[in-house]
Amino acid sequence: MTSSDLNWDAIVIGGGHNGLVAAATLAKSGRKVLLLEAGNEVGGAARTEEFAPGFRASAVAHLLNRLHPDVVKTLELERHGLKIDRGDFVPSVALSRDGPLVLHGAYGEVLTGASPSEQSAWKDLRAQLLRYAGVLKPFLSRRPPDLGNMSLAEMTGLGQTALALKRLGKEDMRDFLRVLLMNVYDLLNEQLSDDRLKGLLAFDATLGSHLGPRSPTSLLGLYYRLAGEIGGLAGAQMQPKGGMGAVVAAIRAAAETAGVSIRPASPVAKVIVERGRAVGVVTQGGETLRAKTVVSAINPATTILDLVGPRGVDTGYVRKVKNIRMKGDAAKLHLALDRPPQFSGVDAAGHKGRLVIAPSPDHVERAFNPSKYGEFSPEPVMEITLPSLADPSLAPSGACVLSAVVQYAPYALKEGWAAGKPQFLKAIMAQLETYAPGIGATVRHAELLTPADIEARYRMPGGHWHHGELQADQMLMSRPVSGWSGYHTPLEGLFLAGAGSHPGGGISGAPGLNAARRIIAMRA
Amino acid sequence: MNHHPSIKRSTDTRIAAQSHFRTLRLGTPFQPRIDALGLKQDWYSWAGYRAPHSLWDEELEYFAIRSQAALFDISPMTKYRIEGPDAEAYLDRVTLRDVTRLKPGRVHYTAWCDDEGFVLDDGTLFRLSPTRFRLCSQERHLPWLLDSVIGYDVSVEEETEAVAGLALQGPTSFAILRDAGFAGVERLKVFDLAEFAHDGATVTISRTGFTGDLGYELFVPADKALSLWDRLMAAGELRGIRAIGYTALNRARLEAGLIVANADFTAAEHAIRTDRLRMPDEIGLGFMIDPDKGHFNGRRAILEARAKKKLRHVLVGLEIEGNIPAEHAIVYYRKSQEVGLVSAAMWSPMAKRNIALASLQRPYGDTIVDDLWVEIYAMRELQYQKLMKKAKVVQRPFIKLDRRTANPPADF
Repeated sequence: MTSSDLNWDAIVIGGGHNGLVAAATLAKSGRKVLLLEAGNEVGGAARTEEFAPGFRASAVAHLLNRLHPDVVKTLELERHGLKIDRGDFVPSVALSRDGPLVLHGAYGEVLTGASPSEQSAWKDLRAQLLRYAGVLKPFLSRRPPDLGNMSLAEMTGLGQTALALKRLGKEDMRDFLRVLLMNVYDLLNEQLSDDRLKGLLAFDATLGSHLGPRSPTSLLGLYYRLAGEIGGLAGAQMQPKGGMGAVVAAIRAAAETAGVSIRPASPVAKVIVERGRAVGVVTQGGETLRAKTVVSAINPATTILDLVGPRGVDTGYVRKVKNIRMKGDAAKLHLALDRPPQFSGVDAAGHKGRLVIAPSPDHVERAFNPSKYGEFSPEPVMEITLPSLADPSLAPSGACVLSAVVQYAPYALKEGWAAGKPQFLKAIMAQLETYAPGIGATVRHAELLTPADIEARYRMPGGHWHHGELQADQMLMSRPVSGWSGYHTPLEGLFLAGAGSHPGGGISGAPGLNAARRIIAMRA
Repeated sequence: MNHHPSIKRSTDTRIAAQSHFRTLRLGTPFQPRIDALGLKQDWYSWAGYRAPHSLWDEELEYFAIRSQAALFDISPMTKYRIEGPDAEAYLDRVTLRDVTRLKPGRVHYTAWCDDEGFVLDDGTLFRLSPTRFRLCSQERHLPWLLDSVIGYDVSVEEETEAVAGLALQGPTSFAILRDAGFAGVERLKVFDLAEFAHDGATVTISRTGFTGDLGYELFVPADKALSLWDRLMAAGELRGIRAIGYTALNRARLEAGLIVANADFTAAEHAIRTDRLRMPDEIGLGFMIDPDKGHFNGRRAILEARAKKKLRHVLVGLEIEGNIPAEHAIVYYRKSQEVGLVSAAMWSPMAKRNIALASLQRPYGDTIVDDLWVEIYAMRELQYQKLMKKAKVVQRPFIKLDRRTANPPADF
């Protein structure tokens, strides 16, 4: 075992986007920061990767819709190459055999393809959803309130939320509280009638979680989505040029400018704990690196159970960490196509947007049902993008990349993914063929990443991109576990900065930023 | 009418399966002997078992402990068998005291805490071999102990029902064991344990107890319980051996200054009110904490509470003027300010003092120990006589008997 003479102020474990944001923020505060990435490249699930010769796609996350404005500002990401142009915002297209319905602008500022009465109903519902998501927004970006030990700033933050609630007015506030933990299915039926629109919203509410639209609290997922913003516009979405890897490149550039030393191919074997304090790490290569602060931007359970080990922490904490639910239900599909597909009834702008196969809330619910029993959806729901249409560099000339997030694909498939994967791919292709006839014949190469694949490739236990189910019981003060939502851990000097911490996953950078801010505030 | 034999049968099975309600309190393996001696029929529930408060005479049972030998059934005590290559490391993490310093063949008194540093229970840890332990306690902790297993190569099994236990306490206890034929028992020093042959099985005898007196505890497979009882009774006949109930033992333990979970402090998993939780330092168990040993449950919280001076209570021994026991009396500072409560009290025949255990709110009992009073409500013919008595903080134990630790043990 070799030992480095260098003593770091902070070592960040994991070079996913949250690790990079945490490292950059800490380095900007004057700290000497070393970032250790297990893979050969930073970026984690936000990398852009080649999946077939000449074909590149965003690895897991393929839409940018919640990169936190504070992250953009603090790290001056636009100066480091991030381009957020309102012209790049893309629509969402709800595919249906009855013809598509399109949400233009920021989450359907304009709705086309629906009846006038539905358009008016949507206008009201959209305003209401954004209003309510706005109340939750401060909660979903800042550090959750520490109920036992509240600082003045936290009190003020809570006070602002109370004020925001009051500003809603009496009726609206009552309604906000009424629907808060409701399921999205019932809410949609109260206010809308078009199955296509309802299907899209039901899909968005349950995307990335083990919930069907009729599951209690499923509406929270929609709020989570709408609490995100991009370019100052809540609900907007874009496909970054160059794929998600381009966003990572900008954060990486900011980190390097701030002085972060980035070491790829350096998986960490353990966190060194001395007398209840994390004092460094040992790499799998056997190198000992010491630091005042260790920031883990990888999975919380991996951090505590594997790197620290259950012996180094209390039984109750181990119990809580072990009970974090994180079995993914989403698969990722990459298709290398000979030519761009044609989705029936969708115009050119629509093809550059987000195409959603979720024709009705019942369809989403039926897709969810088998996953409860370890079976994949026979008629899966999915969100499709064709990134090479806007960025031809992602595919050979004339060819096309299709990137899709597909649900439901339970992590623990009963028959095992070795046997189930070809069957599931067949089911997905059948769905695609329905909406884009002829697409199957143009497939040059297909890569399907099941949650088991995502787990292995991106070191996400359970293949869960949130690093822990994002449901009411695992949010806010209970994320990653109750009593420890402040990015700290029972080990002095060890902090958690990944998506497993509040507010959760998606390319937001918020957990990384919040963790770094906490460390700076604690003068750790 | 049709006959439904199948329904009838299933009903019978169901009723049979529900028959537990016919035995509200379980018997221990010694129950046939204890029932025969239980002239007073004065039972209470000890962890679900039918245990005697007193068998024949509280006073004489107490004096059997101090002047003869008392036999007390400790089978209802919760017992866990903890075994495996990592048993030592596991227990070192779960319990407060340094288990690496507990040698095979030794016993120590310890306690364990939750993550917040609040005491879950206290108990005794027997090291039967380098890799095998027995943990005895008042409350049940299997879920906690099993969740603590994660990361260790160790098995934890409850053996409360499988193992019967007896405490033999008092000046003649050694002589009885010797006369019963347990050769080599004279070599046991305080907190030593050893195994002896009994009735084709093995009995584990330790020189431990809950009385502050010379005494032993014996653990034996449940099916050998009665033969062990008979063997001791026969050997002890001329040395005054007597079966006793809990009231007598409770007096002896108070004189010895020992505390009882859920009597002198509320175990963390029982406490409903947050201010009832207690850290080891708050119930006189601070001596168990070793910040230099490896990680243990509650370490972070306990050390933080010490550093930030967040300890709010203290458990003290009191000597109270007069001879009226101050049981559950309120403790006052300057006769007016309420500062705590007595949890156990008695007139001690051995110490010839009116003694008590009390929980006080710091700094009272900690840095302020003068001008403390207890208000005793003495019921006298349907009227309370309120007595304000001076209380003095004194060292525990209240009595110290040389025969407890004398080597070799004396032959009375």
